[in-house]
Amino acid sequence: MANLKELATRPELLSGGHRLCAGCGAGIIARQVMMAAADKPVVVTNATGCLEVSTTIYPFSAWKTSWFHSAFENAAASCSGIEAAYKALKRTGKVDKDIRFIAFGGDGGTYDIGLQSLSGAMERRHRMLYVCYNNEAYMNTGIQRSSSTPLGAYTTTAPNGKVKKGKEQVRKNLTEILVAHNIPYVAQTAIGYWNDLITKVQKALDTAGPTFINVIQPCRLGWGYSPEDTVTLGRLAVETCLWPVYEVVNGKYKINVKPKEKKPIIEYLKLQSRFKHLFKPENESVITEIQRNIDEHWAWLHLMEEDTNK
Amino acid sequence: MSDKKNLKAKTGNEAMAEAMRQINPDVVAAYPITPATEIVQIFSQFVADGLVATEFVAVESEHSALSACIGASAAGARAMTGTSSQGLALMYEMMYIAAGLRLPIVMAEVNRALSAPINIHGDQSDTMCARDSGFLQIYCENSQEAYDSMIQAVRICEHPEVLLPATVSTDGFIISHCLEAIEMLKDEQVKEFVGTYKPKHWLLDVDHPFTLGAIDLQDYYFEHKRQEIEAMRKATKVVKEIGQEFGRKFGRSYDMLETYKLEDAEAAIVVLGSTAGTVKVVIDEMRKQGKKVGLLKLRVFRPFPFEDIREALKNIKIVGVMDRHDGYNAYVPPVCSEVRSCLYELDKRPKIASYVYGLGGRDITLEMITGIYNELLSGKISAEVKYSGVRE
Amino acid sequence: MGEIKVARKKGWKELPEGDYLEPGSAAVFETGDWRSERPVWIPENCIQCLFCWVYCPDSSVKVKDSLMTGFDYKHCKGCGICVTECPGKKGNKAIKMEAEKK
Repeated sequence: MANLKELATRPELLSGGHRLCAGCGAGIIARQVMMAAADKPVVVTNATGCLEVSTTIYPFSAWKTSWFHSAFENAAASCSGIEAAYKALKRTGKVDKDIRFIAFGGDGGTYDIGLQSLSGAMERRHRMLYVCYNNEAYMNTGIQRSSSTPLGAYTTTAPNGKVKKGKEQVRKNLTEILVAHNIPYVAQTAIGYWNDLITKVQKALDTAGPTFINVIQPCRLGWGYSPEDTVTLGRLAVETCLWPVYEVVNGKYKINVKPKEKKPIIEYLKLQSRFKHLFKPENESVITEIQRNIDEHWAWLHLMEEDTNK
Repeated sequence: MSDKKNLKAKTGNEAMAEAMRQINPDVVAAYPITPATEIVQIFSQFVADGLVATEFVAVESEHSALSACIGASAAGARAMTGTSSQGLALMYEMMYIAAGLRLPIVMAEVNRALSAPINIHGDQSDTMCARDSGFLQIYCENSQEAYDSMIQAVRICEHPEVLLPATVSTDGFIISHCLEAIEMLKDEQVKEFVGTYKPKHWLLDVDHPFTLGAIDLQDYYFEHKRQEIEAMRKATKVVKEIGQEFGRKFGRSYDMLETYKLEDAEAAIVVLGSTAGTVKVVIDEMRKQGKKVGLLKLRVFRPFPFEDIREALKNIKIVGVMDRHDGYNAYVPPVCSEVRSCLYELDKRPKIASYVYGLGGRDITLEMITGIYNELLSGKISAEVKYSGVRE
Repeated sequence: MGEIKVARKKGWKELPEGDYLEPGSAAVFETGDWRSERPVWIPENCIQCLFCWVYCPDSSVKVKDSLMTGFDYKHCKGCGICVTECPGKKGNKAIKMEAEKK
């Protein structure tokens, strides 16, 4: 369990003065991850994306720790190289410190263009934590669909129109793809559960192997809501069971947040302009489908929890 | 200078892998591709046998190979990789980045034709497409040069005035798979020659954190690129210095280019890679018949040795430039284009003919080269690019 | 936009080689003028839960000895997340948003 009073004594590794939007969830995630990591030296690798461009506009960097970016699709591969260098230089005595490695990527850099390099790095068992700040579309280039974009959502490359209802496909389940890599630690969490996020980051960093955390990140611009609601929406994603907060530790599932009462998905959808068109009578079936998918996945997750803990 | 010759029979790939073993880099990340696969394979065996202290990363693609090398190099490690053709093409994006971030990564590269049609044999279209990536480009005539150049490349790239990556290339199969006797240095000699990599800033130096790879907009990108351009310019001097030092220590000196019977030549061929060896045989034959022919072998294409070329060719009447890559209706292909441009500065310029040859590994024979020389000597050349060895 | 005044941008010979940057150098860049509203702290309603601090995307809640002490208006973009997250005391929030006087 993390403790805010204690965390507040740690050095702040992400300074103000970065150019993320007001109320940006990526800033919250990056800060909280770094709070959790600040008790050890850490080297951060960033995939190209909102977080990277906004925090390091030359000649200003918001990062107070060693930070590296090279391209979009290769955060995990470059982090592999850094981690390999660490092993080599530790052997030769050029490095004597205990260092941790974190890679950040958005859903574009993680679910899509960076999936191959992520899969490779995980399979090779590099000791690193990969954090996906998942805002469910390519926000940096202006809200284009990704394979993480949920069914029905408006994006600029899967817009709704006279014949289309927004994205026509369900998102892929990347967290489960990572579980299938048989890595020691995979987790999902959301903005709004700071304690869960920070605890998970600490667990991941203490794991001697590859680890992955998928954090859903409301984006005020791409999702269409007021900036003060970023955390509220993160919480709603969990309270509706759309985005279960769970972890898989060495294959054992644990649902960390079980809402007492599952809120209907409408409560989440209606706050975001990207789903506005779904409230037209002719699109009702999409909302029904979204709710059915949530219910099925939530039930499946409980079965997994039960099965893997027998 | 070594008194006893340590001769070993090695293919180009073996020679490069042996050089890598002796360099003993901190990190090697690579992905197999014909005809460079052996380099990675042989090196993996060195790792498995504990002959190197290297952390070997068997990545899932060439893009990740260079990405991992870039990460490793930025972290403070000496990093190397190897590839060819499509693999190099997959790396193009990362090549510009390695150079732009000023990371001295050395790549063992085997020249192979680019798809399509898919082909596994040697031409230089792969590295020619990367000629403006910011990588230094060293082309090797034979295994000995490949071995020696790998060792020198480490020093050249890591030189504080350079800090750029390099490809050291051999022609696919022609060099990569052909057995030659090469003179190898002792492990300690290589170790001493390459020294240790001491970067100014490195990510694992966590007491001195920094940001590397920031977004550079209109107001800084140009300045950083200008620095990179300057580094490439300075690399010419460094290539020569290291080549001379290598010669002083081990008896084989290297320069940006090599000439063969060029001083009194009436007609000259400019070429890079293994074909230079074939041209030398033709020159010896033709000289016996009293024909004054010579060769300018370009060893280093980036940085481009324009001053040396001008000096070497200023008195030649006619020059044929042989490209193993085409520019697809560029006025002339890249090597010819650049040679021709730099000679433009001369008051009295040689006539220039352009020949494209050997695409997809098509043989270049003694007869074909003799034919080119005879054509040059006749003075009957046209501005049009000629395709040597293609069936009409 | 909060472009800070750089006396003179350096030329290529003066800049550090490559795309190298000092850590935390963004701190000198002001984003405070993005705000249309500013958060105002009401200490008597504050229970020092630090939720405002942990959820601030801009590292703009000042904390000393693990206690909230106010806002960094140089960087705060006025998103209002701190107000939403503030539980306050007996239903009274310890942060309110006020319009920026321009």
